Amino acid sequence: MSKPSVNEFTIKVANANGTGSASANGMLMKSLFRMGVPVMGKNYFPSNIQGLPTWYEIRASEKGHLARSGRIDLMVAMNAETYKHDLADVAPGGYLLYDSTWPRHSMLTRDDITIIGVPLSKMCNENFPNARIRVLMKNVAYVGVIAALLDVDLEVIKQLLSEAFAKKADLLEANQLAINMGYDYTKAHLDTPLPFSARTSDKTSDHIIIDGNTSAGLGCVYAGATVGAWYPITPSTSIMDGFKHFCELTRKDPETGENSFSIIQAEDELAAMGMILGASWAGARAFTPTSGPGISLMSEFLGYGYFTEIPAVIFNVQRCGPSTGMPTRTQQSDIMSCAFASHGDTRHVLLFPADPEECFYAARDAFDLADRLQTPVIVLSDLDIGMNDWMCTDLHWDDNYQPDRGKLLRAEDLEKIEEFHRYLDVDGDAITLRTVPGDHPKGAYFTRGSGHNMYGAYTEDAGEYLQVVDRLRRKWDTAKSYVPGPAMNCSENNNTGIISIGSCDHAVREAIDALGEEGLGINYMRIKAFPFNGQVQEFIDVHDKIYVVEQNRDAQLKSLLCLELNVHDEQLTEVLHYNGLPVTASFVVDAIHRDLAKGVAA
Amino acid sequence: MSFMSKPTVRHPKLPVNDIGLTVRDYEGGMSTLCAGCGHDSVTGALVQAAFELSIPTHRFAKLSGIGCSSKTPAYFLRDSHGFNSTHGRMPSVATGANSANRDLYYIGVSGDGDSLSIGMGQFVHVIRRNVNMLYLIENNGVYGLTKGQFSAAADKGSKAKKGETNLQPPIDPCQTAITLGATFVARGFSGDKDQLVPLLKAGMKHRGFGLIDIISPCVTFNDHEGSTKSYAYTREHFNLAIAADFVPPAEEIKAEYEEGAAMPVELHDGSTIVLRKIDWDFDPTDRISALRNLQENAEAGEVTTGLLYIDESQPEMHEVDNTTKTPLVDLEFSQVCPGNDTLQKIQSRYR
Repeated sequence: MSKPSVNEFTIKVANANGTGSASANGMLMKSLFRMGVPVMGKNYFPSNIQGLPTWYEIRASEKGHLARSGRIDLMVAMNAETYKHDLADVAPGGYLLYDSTWPRHSMLTRDDITIIGVPLSKMCNENFPNARIRVLMKNVAYVGVIAALLDVDLEVIKQLLSEAFAKKADLLEANQLAINMGYDYTKAHLDTPLPFSARTSDKTSDHIIIDGNTSAGLGCVYAGATVGAWYPITPSTSIMDGFKHFCELTRKDPETGENSFSIIQAEDELAAMGMILGASWAGARAFTPTSGPGISLMSEFLGYGYFTEIPAVIFNVQRCGPSTGMPTRTQQSDIMSCAFASHGDTRHVLLFPADPEECFYAARDAFDLADRLQTPVIVLSDLDIGMNDWMCTDLHWDDNYQPDRGKLLRAEDLEKIEEFHRYLDVDGDAITLRTVPGDHPKGAYFTRGSGHNMYGAYTEDAGEYLQVVDRLRRKWDTAKSYVPGPAMNCSENNNTGIISIGSCDHAVREAIDALGEEGLGINYMRIKAFPFNGQVQEFIDVHDKIYVVEQNRDAQLKSLLCLELNVHDEQLTEVLHYNGLPVTASFVVDAIHRDLAKGVAA
Repeated sequence: MSFMSKPTVRHPKLPVNDIGLTVRDYEGGMSTLCAGCGHDSVTGALVQAAFELSIPTHRFAKLSGIGCSSKTPAYFLRDSHGFNSTHGRMPSVATGANSANRDLYYIGVSGDGDSLSIGMGQFVHVIRRNVNMLYLIENNGVYGLTKGQFSAAADKGSKAKKGETNLQPPIDPCQTAITLGATFVARGFSGDKDQLVPLLKAGMKHRGFGLIDIISPCVTFNDHEGSTKSYAYTREHFNLAIAADFVPPAEEIKAEYEEGAAMPVELHDGSTIVLRKIDWDFDPTDRISALRNLQENAEAGEVTTGLLYIDESQPEMHEVDNTTKTPLVDLEFSQVCPGNDTLQKIQSRYR
């Protein structure tokens, strides 16, 4: 994308896992945020505890472009193992900062970038007493160097440090010393600031920096979830960490210490899914966070939940598949497996949040939809949304909100009706009445994954079976009127469109801006839910040429659109990014350029 | 699973329990199992136990997996919610339901295939969590619905109907459960209702996880000569180690017991189980003793029955987790949603 300038640049830090670089990188990002500059922070970490390479990418963008930029303007090369690769990654005209305590191999250089050496290890060895603190402080010291190179406000950094180490005076002192060491050395020995740098702005008020797993966990607390069951799996684990943290903050009786929540670490994902079905069946709002391999195991119970019509909320924080795949890399490759998870004619309601802000509200919507439609609802987030730091608009909660429990009858409701039949469509929307155990003898019914008729009794009768499964299909149509419609950004002048989904959003919007500057106007529709509602079909109907941008190899969103809607051959063109790193705007722009060039050539 | 509904005609002089219900009120639909199936006797004992405890019918939740045994929740407690889950997964569903509503009586019905093969993982973990429920394994050593394969409970050397000999060692659910920290472990026989009913009552009233492994012969596929799970074999090798009498709260212990033979164990609701030692080596309050005796008796080819192990002192899942006494399902939304002011405070940490 465009050349770096004031408040428009990308820094990438290369490090080894387990050296404590995450907090230093987070501090650097947050200091830019506190200066009022919109930022993106992405962590590319290994499935490992110590030693394998890890990178952190920070993009500052006054314009608010918060996808990966696709270029690195300043590389902080702290990992000898990846040095060669990191050197090659720097954009022409960019900069590379390295630890000049040790000499570099003479072959590892480039004429088209500026290489900056700072003796970070030497400084740390001279100033700090033991090995561990030296390793940690080297990271803090490079933050000091970058602060000097990019004119980052030192006072902001010092404020962040004093907040982080409010109760650890010795660590505060060490961190401040490390910052000053890096900063002072740079000011004394190098030309500062660089041609691109940070300047105080005003674009981040009413915003927070949060990851999507934390906000999803928070959303579950606000939606009134009381039971969470889970099996730990990267990259979804921090949803339950967040839920637990916020529950302990807000749902613990101050006097008795009693918890108004129940969290169960299951023995596997099969059990986690069984637990939330059991809890939902018993009347609680229950959820489980997982990732692709967990969905595979949960498929058995997902089909059960669909057929027996039990609400449940599942967060699938997608990672790279297939199989174990790359657990710490991102993808959107579970769209198909989630849409139709389990054997038989099964289909599931899906929600596709695009960022942590939407994860918070998607939690609320998912519980309402699950209760209203009496079916499992899967929220498809991904590693990029779930584990990376995103700048989001402040979250707000409407205190007038009441959960939509759908057609759930409690004891007092049952008193008022003559008789209750679990699977009888009494009002034509294909959604039936539901009760919970323990309330009233009149509400009793038998839940079974085997064939059942509209009264809930066992059946192997062809006609009775059809009545139930055909009603389930009609319920699917009802679902279309409840799920959120797509996000649209359209102009009547354009006849080219992009359809995209989830975490592609920032990259797609930036790409549309860039193509717009070239004179190519593109309309945009971001799918927020499955089943697709009428607006999705309308968008397809009015565009001759549509690019479908998604992060998987097999064009799963495009395939699903073709399966479910009326789409002409060749109306949809796939733009697929699936190497495990979040998609960039330049990738989308390049793909569209290539496609258009192909059209011209033909 | 019934295609026919059971007639609801009642004898006017049927006895009623403390809450005015007759035993018929605790029944369910018509069984579709084979005539003479042990499972139907267990169903009958469950009906009797629930009736005698005078628990309102809708305060039970009955859950099961897949298999012949797992069909039976349709045949008792018609006014209770039932959950016939997937194969081997009843424990997780029961755990979740119990987490949402701690105040119900949970009865899980499973079989030896359901619990000891496909569901072994969930079986051991529901024990570890000490989920407050009664868990029945209707154990016949064989897969009935798929026509006669050995289950993991089949004894080494036991013969299948078609003559094949089982060569693998069995999994004993009772020993497994005691090893894993179960707090109530019993073994019964579907052919001995007098023994079974008090065990069921004690198991329903026990706080925490209660397992009853019930030898329940399969009349169609495993009741032949050479089978170690037949009626004949079980009767012949039946060894009652510890008998248990259930005494409801506020009721006097009337029976007279031999000096030193009776051990009253008080349950958390004030009812009492009087354990009677038949086998004097067997101490059902001592885990090591119980395990040693079970193993020795198994080596000797005996089917040891009775209340084999009990520990009323262990906290159940909610006590471990310190969950609120009000069932989570009965909390008002305002009690669980922290509101916007709190949200704004929480957010200040993310700036």
